[in-house]
Amino acid sequence: MTNDQDKIVRIRHLSFRFGDRIIFDDVDLDIMRGKVTAIMGPSGTGKTTLLRLIGGQLRADAGEVVVDGKEVGKLRRRELFELRKRIGLLFQTGALFTALNVFDNVAFPLREHTRLPPALIRHLVLLKLQAVGLRGARDLMPSELSGGMARRVALARAIALDPMMIMYDEPFTGQDPITVGVIMQLIRRLNDNLGLTSIIVSHDVAEVSAIADYIYMISNGKVIGQGPPAELHHSESPWVKQFLNAQPDGPVPFHYPAADLAEDLLSGAA
Amino acid sequence: MIRTLRYLGRLGLAFVQRTGRATLFVFRVFAGVPALVVHFDLIVAQLYSVGVLSLVIILVSGLNVGMVLGLQMYNTLVTFGATASLGPVIALSLVRELGPVVAALLYAGRAGSALTAEIGLMKATEQLSGMEMMAVDPVRRIVAPRLIAGIISMPLLAAIFSAVGILGGYFVGVGLLGVDDGAFWSQMQSRVKWREDIVNGIIKSVVFGVIVTWIAVFEGYDAAPTTEGVSRATTRTVVYASLFVLGIDFVLTALMFGD
Repeated sequence: MTNDQDKIVRIRHLSFRFGDRIIFDDVDLDIMRGKVTAIMGPSGTGKTTLLRLIGGQLRADAGEVVVDGKEVGKLRRRELFELRKRIGLLFQTGALFTALNVFDNVAFPLREHTRLPPALIRHLVLLKLQAVGLRGARDLMPSELSGGMARRVALARAIALDPMMIMYDEPFTGQDPITVGVIMQLIRRLNDNLGLTSIIVSHDVAEVSAIADYIYMISNGKVIGQGPPAELHHSESPWVKQFLNAQPDGPVPFHYPAADLAEDLLSGAA
Repeated sequence: MIRTLRYLGRLGLAFVQRTGRATLFVFRVFAGVPALVVHFDLIVAQLYSVGVLSLVIILVSGLNVGMVLGLQMYNTLVTFGATASLGPVIALSLVRELGPVVAALLYAGRAGSALTAEIGLMKATEQLSGMEMMAVDPVRRIVAPRLIAGIISMPLLAAIFSAVGILGGYFVGVGLLGVDDGAFWSQMQSRVKWREDIVNGIIKSVVFGVIVTWIAVFEGYDAAPTTEGVSRATTRTVVYASLFVLGIDFVLTALMFGD
């Protein structure tokens, strides 16, 4: 149906492990240009790792990760840096430079990668800050920002170079409802107005269902469900059901693997 | 027995591995130095935080060490009636040994620990990782200017330490204990040699500057990205840097003044 031109990220047979722990095992995944795609799954399933694989900070053990027609694992350092200039990554913590104020944080990528005159950089920075509603906070230091504001500043910084794609790492975690609403709206608006592609890594079912065009669910290194949100909510898969309906027990067990309780209690007597 | 051997072997391997990583790391840093010509302001900012902010402790300690030297040396020299040699004795001890070594130890405690903590915390809060994802190499942008600033600052700090120390010795020796003013300076001038004493002292302080700053930035960059990891790395910086300074000082002294 769709040709490869529409796929900004194409992952095939991806395998990756940390030491003995298998994070991904033969994963196939496509991110469509212009869409908001969400990667969901329980904590510790390597969702963030996936973003680092796409950004080339980690290399796959097997399989390929193709971003905008280039295989990330085979790029030379310079080419990888060129690619990264066109990808924004929003860290869970924001990862703002604590030594710089808001304005300088947003200006940082512009000053590093362009030779624009200071007056023009000022214009661009103010416009980006305006887009996230924090033009008035330009002189604050990161330590003076709330968690939600820090994320919005980080978002302004991520779009400073007008990237083709933004990756959000857990953008909703630990935020109050108003901030969550603001961030949701920003993700959608920036995506549509700037013609971006967005990838959201998250485990917040309601928020993601509301803004994502397509969802991949990952558990134990495998893709265990995918589709538009409405379709997934009617899925018959017990795993998808457990996750979406927040049931404490199911295919993902409540108990960490252990010996039988009675046996365990008795064996401790000696 | 076997277990002890195995333990020692593992320690040895870990040491070699870490040394190798540190060496590769410093090569990467130096590869980033040419790019700093354009970004000279980055070095200036670091010269301030590494060098200028270390001045207070260097000045106070230098003065103190010089005054104590003046007092102790005078007590010894006066029994031989050789108090006219007070000037050269103070100057030589400071320029050859105490200036470079004590300044380097203070520098490791004041600036080295701060460098490690700063870089380690930037790593722990994903600032380094974020920079990488913005296509900026943190080794060039963050580490290289700090290393260069450290190498420039150290000899200057050591020189200031020695100069202030000599003034302190002068104050105690000439001012309080009544050593002859003219003898103090003229003896010093004739006995302290530019090539043997001063240049060797400068060489020492440059070497210490490289070693201490290298250890500091490497420990920060290599720290485990947690609160505990950063605190351990900071401790390691001060301990390793001090031990290396003392050890290398002995080797350098033997090479320079051994014959």
